[in-house]
This record gives sequence, structure tokens and C-alpha cells, in this order.
Amino acid sequence: MIKAKNKLGLVFFPAFDWAISSTHPEREERLLYTQDQIFEEGIEDIEGIYFYNPIIAAEKDIQRVHFCVPDVKSRLTQSHYISAGGAIKAFEAVINGDVDKAFALVRPPGHHAQRVVYGDRGFCIINIEGVMLERIRQKNKDLRVAIIDTDCHHGDGTQDIYWNDKNTLFISLHQDGRTLYPGTGFLDESGGPGAYGYNINIPLPPGTGDEGFLYVLDNVVLPILDEYKPDIIVNSAGQDNHYTDPLTNMNFSAQGYAKLNDRLNPDIAVLEGGYSIEGALPYINLGIILAMAGIDYSHVKEPDYDKDKLKQPPDITEYIKKLSDTVYKRWQKRETLRADIIKGYDNIQRTRQIYYDTDGILENQTQNFKICRKCSGVNTIDSQSDTGYHIFAITIPLDACSDCVDHGYRLYKNTSKSDYSNIYLQDRVNDMFFSK
Amino acid sequence: MIVGLDVGGTHIDAVIIEHGNIIDTVKRPVNRDDLFESIWTTLETLFSRHDKTKIERVNLSTTISTNAIVEKKTSPVGMVIQSGPGLPNDYLACGDENVFISGYVDHRGKLVQDFNLKEIQKAIDLFKKRDIRCCAVVTKFCTRNFNHELKIKKLLDKHFPSITMGHTLSGKLNFPRRVFTSYLNAATYDIFKEFADNIKKSMEQEGINAPLFILKADGGTTSLSAATDRPVETILSGPAASFMGINAMLNTNKDALLLDIGGTTTDIFFLADGVPLFEPLGIEIGSYKTLVRAIYIHSIGLGGDSSIHVENGQLIIGPTREGPPYALGGPKPTPTDALIALGLMKIGNRDKAIEAIQGLSQKLNLSLEDTAQKILDTMGDIIKGRVDALLVQINSKPVYTLKELLYGKKIKPHLINIIGGPAKYMKPVLEKKFNLPCYFPKHYHVANAIGAALARITTDITMVADTSQGVLSVPEMGIYEKISGNYGLESARERAIKLLIERAVYLGAYQDELETEIIEESSFNMVRGFFTSGKNIRIKTQIKPGLIYELKGDKDD
Repeated sequence: MIKAKNKLGLVFFPAFDWAISSTHPEREERLLYTQDQIFEEGIEDIEGIYFYNPIIAAEKDIQRVHFCVPDVKSRLTQSHYISAGGAIKAFEAVINGDVDKAFALVRPPGHHAQRVVYGDRGFCIINIEGVMLERIRQKNKDLRVAIIDTDCHHGDGTQDIYWNDKNTLFISLHQDGRTLYPGTGFLDESGGPGAYGYNINIPLPPGTGDEGFLYVLDNVVLPILDEYKPDIIVNSAGQDNHYTDPLTNMNFSAQGYAKLNDRLNPDIAVLEGGYSIEGALPYINLGIILAMAGIDYSHVKEPDYDKDKLKQPPDITEYIKKLSDTVYKRWQKRETLRADIIKGYDNIQRTRQIYYDTDGILENQTQNFKICRKCSGVNTIDSQSDTGYHIFAITIPLDACSDCVDHGYRLYKNTSKSDYSNIYLQDRVNDMFFSK
Repeated sequence: MIVGLDVGGTHIDAVIIEHGNIIDTVKRPVNRDDLFESIWTTLETLFSRHDKTKIERVNLSTTISTNAIVEKKTSPVGMVIQSGPGLPNDYLACGDENVFISGYVDHRGKLVQDFNLKEIQKAIDLFKKRDIRCCAVVTKFCTRNFNHELKIKKLLDKHFPSITMGHTLSGKLNFPRRVFTSYLNAATYDIFKEFADNIKKSMEQEGINAPLFILKADGGTTSLSAATDRPVETILSGPAASFMGINAMLNTNKDALLLDIGGTTTDIFFLADGVPLFEPLGIEIGSYKTLVRAIYIHSIGLGGDSSIHVENGQLIIGPTREGPPYALGGPKPTPTDALIALGLMKIGNRDKAIEAIQGLSQKLNLSLEDTAQKILDTMGDIIKGRVDALLVQINSKPVYTLKELLYGKKIKPHLINIIGGPAKYMKPVLEKKFNLPCYFPKHYHVANAIGAALARITTDITMVADTSQGVLSVPEMGIYEKISGNYGLESARERAIKLLIERAVYLGAYQDELETEIIEESSFNMVRGFFTSGKNIRIKTQIKPGLIYELKGDKDD
């Protein structure tokens, strides 16, 4: 019998009775063929691979990360609590030492869900990695985590959540925002004043193949990880860079995904997007499972895989080399760049317009980050949506100093209900959430 | 009259049951070198005492295939394996010769690449050179499309007397298990065929026309001819016989814990709403994980003959048996000695039993009686500990829908049914430990033969209807047929039930035993681009496992 080199936990929860709508890409059928492949390969009999059911995330878990408007209950369905619970279960299995690594194959995904939630965007309502990580972090406050997002779409939700958190390095590899939803994820989106340089975007040109992804991994991602030295590496494992994906324009393969996971060596992988449900997902998921378990994945291959057809053109290769160089240099210069940005300011503001494509909602928001020498600083969001809400949300971060804690509570007390429809206070230090 | 016979490790038990009453029993030692002889003389003894013309059926639980596998007396097998892309395949080489061939179908059964005829010719030459008679052909995803298996079988047919095709053994997806199951089936073909021929001939000579059935590991039976085609289904039917016996004597429709406390081991089983709990995929025999449907069983090394030690003031019972109880000339104190010393069991030499237990009581600094009681209590604790752990495991089995995760069935025993030598004495202990009522039947010493006698046909089928390809398949029955684009769940259900009945009747089921049920069903909307291209319907149906009838008035308390 085959034995896994690394003990691997799998939370496989295809949610066969849940869909956004019956013909939506995020529908019941999405993981059906992946299940068939996993079953037929006999993965459940491999010594050292263990299957777990998701737990059900609690409202409190969601509130550590999000400001759901008007509240958690009215924004989420059961499927979201379970999907996040699946990710939590995977992380728990690793942190408790039951397994060496874990992969949560759950749906719906989460990496487009930002801190404020008015509805569904990019098929996501809550950020399942964020909810997972912050629950674990409540008990392991100093955990340094790197999230590597290999979904084809920019992980704008995860970026927003960890924008000002130096303990979470976020690196997103994605198809260039000028050519794909959500249209963000450029080089200069580097993070807030508390974590400038720790948000890294690598926008890749359409047509990037195995060669390009692995080049970026070897020349940018791995060197940065070597320097950052995270306790935990999370792969936000979207699978829509595949050459057959109907929504994107990349040329990544199942072998490529497996190699990437082999070299990246993540502790936890969480499924994100990926909608080539028949031609890609069964093979990519199998490849990732085998790579994480330390089992030979060299025989995993899509039926229509054609090496020559998928060869990356030289101009793309050149472009990626230059891009990698630029990204890595920015990382090395992050302290100087930060000093330039905050010079002479007490606060840094960031104003954005956010579109919820799935639900058709438009949001305008301004985030304000206090620059504090003792901690990452209290921060606020003033946000209005075209569904009629105008909210004010205050976050006291996990590492907040006592001044920032007091400041946060003062702000909450002094902000008048007459100016806003909803006011929220997220106190991560005491793990409390208030709203009025 | 129904005749039931079970071959155990040391004894063969046989019973005759008429109108729900046991009218005769026979127990004989087993001669493992001539199983057929042992079985036939046991049957002959029974037949000679009754009116043979009144026998309606004969149900046998044999160890023919099991012993052949365990003792490595199986036939050499030539394996033809098409493993396609995916996991490495070297660990699948279970045959005496293994030929891995090219080509494959994908998870929907779509042909991606054909195999090469030259590879098959090579296999034929190789197998012939080795004097191999039995072959197996297994292809990845053959449950979705078994055309390659059929084609290859055709090519092998004129050269070899027995060819097992993977898709005929199970509709479940698990390629490695299907390979091993097919191997075992081919490997036991010759030996089971010989047994079947002998028993048929002997029955004819004896003038008995009653149909003959063979017990399977799932607690059901199958006809002798079907068992000849699929001998692998008859492995490890012994525990299933005992299990069915307990149910025949103590029927319930609740969640229940069933225990068979023997000399060496205690077997743990469960009922969910009175229905047997099965292994999720199939039984394990030796180093082989299979797709042979089987009753869930967990054995622990704890029984009446388990040796008892004291280590650091702690009482350790089992997991090994080093011989018979001390009172019966064995080397070590055992739970049976405790029962003899207490005067509860009247066998063997009581003075010896007391001596054995006293040895322990000195180390424990307890009285003789307290020591004996502590032994029974400790057995209760071991069983309780293991059962609790098993229930956690069983109740956290993977589920795939919100509904199952949120509202799925969890097994929570309401009662304990127990058989075996120490059953009577363990009853009060277990009642206290589990805080559940505990029952044991009168005829527990022949529970296995009773279980064999009263077991009825079981079978199940797996159907996949893919309307976008226009194909419906039931691999176990070799069905791969066209369907129209508007085929729906309703039609699939009807068709599945009809086919199931057809199969059950073919396997020898009686009209009144055709209790069918749908155990799983799903229908997925298939969307390609942004349009619905069809439906993917999956249905599993089975003949509800159960008994021909319950035994009358057997509850002892």
C-alpha cells in the first residue's frame, strides 16, 4: 500500500446540496468529479491521509474578521459557516499536531470577501482563510503566517483584511487586474502604515504557463519566505489558472499546481476558485493532495494535456523575469518606501470604490489608519453602500497598545447614531464585538 | 425446514429450523485439511435424523475461500491492469504476473485513449508460459465504462477458463480495492469451484433438491452458482453468521451494540435502527483492502481465555490468549478462571481456578472475590472504552451535504445484545458500565449456525445516468445502455428498482424477500458554458438486509 510521507488531513466538503443558483459556476456539481477522482484513486486508503468533517464556524468567528452589514445572520447562509468551519478544522488538525499538513477542499470560496460585507462578491461572502486564521490566532497571538494566493483572480479580500498586519505576509499571484476581475492587485498596493511592504502583488500576463508560475515561485516567493520566516504557510489554492478554466486566460497545468505545492510546501491549503470542474479540478486537486502528502505525483495528467501547445511564449517569459525583479526589489526596499509614505503624517487614509459583482452592490469607503509607534494602530472604516447603509467601523488590532484600545472605545462611544445607520467596534485585544 | 451451517475455527455448527423453532443441532470438530468432508459429514448427520424432502433450503457459511487466502493455497493469477493517469501503479502488482496496459477512460467514462492489442497478446503469452488458468482484468473508472474490460476478456476467453472483470464485483469507486478484490476472486475461483461441484454432487446423490445458498460477509446469502462466479464474496462470513444469529434471536429496530465474547476475542458490531452497520467500503483480509461488502466488525483481544497479568498494581487482561484457562490446564489465570473461582461457571478444576486468582489477589492486595469481580469490571471497562472510541469514529464519518452535516444520523445504542461463553456473567457488568439494558439469548452457542440458516439474499446495485452523454450504466450487472436527454430521477429510480429485483431473483431470492430500498440518490444539474447540458443521476439500491424470519421466544430474560 502507498504511504504518505507527510501526514495529511483532508477536509473534503463538496456541499452537494448548495449553489448560488442552478447554473452558476458555484453550484452543486462543482466538486462532483473531483470526488469521483479522489474516490477512484483510493486516497482514503492511503496510510497517513485522514479525512475530517468541517466544524460549523460561530458568529463570533466571523466578527473577528468582518463587519457584516447589518449583521452576520442576515448576510450568511449555512454553507458559509460550514465552509469557514472546514478551513478552521484543517488548521486545527495541523496546530494540534494530529497531521503535518491539511487541505480544505470546501466551497463556497472566500478570498474576495473584504472586511466590510454588504453581500456576495466574486462568489465570496466571508473570507474563509481570514476567519480560520483569526480563530487560531486568538489562542496563538504571535503566529507569523504567510498566505500565498494562487487563485487566478487577485485576492483583494485577503489583501484588505491583512492590509495593516505585519504578522501576516500576503502574496497574491494572479492574472493582471487590467484584464480580469476584480481589477486590482497592482505592484503599488503594498499595505497600510503598520505593514507596508507586507502585501505583495504579482500581476501576471494572460498566457502565463507552468514555466512562468514556477519562475515567480523560485525567484520571488521562496526567497521572500526565506527572509520572512513564517510559522505557518497557507496556500489560498484557487485552481482557475488552469488552461481549461472558462473564466480566465492562463496556461497553468495540474503538474504545475502539484510542483508549486511541492516547492512552496504549505502547511495548509484552502480551495478557492476554479471552475473547469471536469477537465481541471479532478486532476489539480489530486496533484495538490499527492504533493502535500509527499507522494509521487508525476503520473497526474489531464486527458487533453499538450505540452507543446502550452509552451510559454518567450516574450511572456521575459516580461515575468522583469516583473519578478521589480517585485523582489520593492520587498528589499520596503522600509525606505514605508518611511517615504508615512513621513509627516499621524494618519494614513485610503479611499476606494468596491463593486460586488455577484450581488450588484456598489460601496464607497474610506479607511483611516492611525500611525502608532507602539502597535499597528487603531483603524476605522467609513462606508456607504447603494443599498442604503452608511456605517462606521472601528478595529482595535490584536497587537494594540493600551492607548489605542482606549482610543478605539472612545471613538465608538463618541460616534453618534444620527450620522450613521450602523456603528461597529471590533476589539481584537479582548475578543469582543459591539454594534449600535 | 431450513438448514444452516457455519464453519468456525475449531468447530462446525449446524441447525435445522422449522416454523421459527430450532428442532435439531449438531456440533463437530473441523478437519481443516478436508473442509468438504467435514461439512458434508455434519450435514449428513442432520439429514439422517429428519425428513429430507421437507428441506426448503440449505444455507452454508464456509471458510473455503478465507482459508485458501490466509493459508496462501490460492491459484496463481494473471492480472491485466489499466491504471491510467493518477497515482503510481507499482503497488497494484498483486498477481503472480502483472501486465500494465496503456489507454484509459476518464471519470465520466469518456474514452481518452485505447489500449494496445500487442500488450494483451504479451499478457496471454506470459500467463500461458506460467501455466496460469485464472486471470483478472481491471481498468480505472471501469464502473463508468467497462468496454475495455469486455474487449480484453474476449481476447483472453479462449485461452483461460476463468476471467474476472473488475466492474462485475462492485459499483463503488476505488480502483486499488477493485484490483485487489478482482485478484482475490480469481485466486479463489478454482478452490471454490471444486467445493461447489462436490457439494452439488453430494446433494444430488443424497436426493436433496433444495436450493443451496452461501453466506456472505454482509450477512446475506447468494446462490451457489453466483458464489462460484464471485467466490470473493464468501470470505469472512463467520462473524456475519454470528451477527445475524444474534439478530434472529434478539430482534430490535433500535440502535444497538452487539457483542460476541469468545475465548480469544470480543467482536463488536452495531445496528442503526435495527439495520446492520456495514464497513464503508469493504472488508480487509490479510494485507488486502477490498470492495467486498461486509458487516462492520471490530475485534479486540479480550475473551474468556485471555491471559491476566498484574503490572505496577494494574490488572491487564489480554490481548493475547496463551492457552486454555488455568482451571482447564492452561498456563495463566483468565477471566474464565475468575468465573469458576466465584462458583458461577461449573467447569474444570475449581481449586486450580482459585489458586490462579489468588496469585493475582496477593499482588492487588484484594480478597479473592474482589479480585474476581475486578477482573469482570476491567473487561467491562475495556469494552466500554473501545465502543465509545468506535462510536466517535463512526459518527464522524465524512459527509458531503449540508443536510447530512447538520442533521445526519448519529448512532447511539439503546441496548446491548450479547452472546458467547461469558455473556451471562458479563450482563450485569455491562449494564452498569453502559447504563443500558443488556440481553443474551438462550441458544447463543449455535448463534452462528442460526444466523446462517435465517440469512436471506442480499444484493445492491449502483446506477449512474449521464443524460448529457445519453448513457446509463449499472456495472455490477454489465448494463451500459442508451437513454434519452430528458431521462429524469423518477425514471432512474424505477429502472434501478426493477433491475435490482431482476438481479435478486437471478441470485435466488424468493418473492417475499424482495424488500427493496434506495440507499443513496442524487441528481446534479450539469452545466457547460452557461447552459444546462444534462443531468448526472446517481442511485444506489439494495435488498434490505434482514432475516427470513425471527426465531420464536428466544429471549432469556
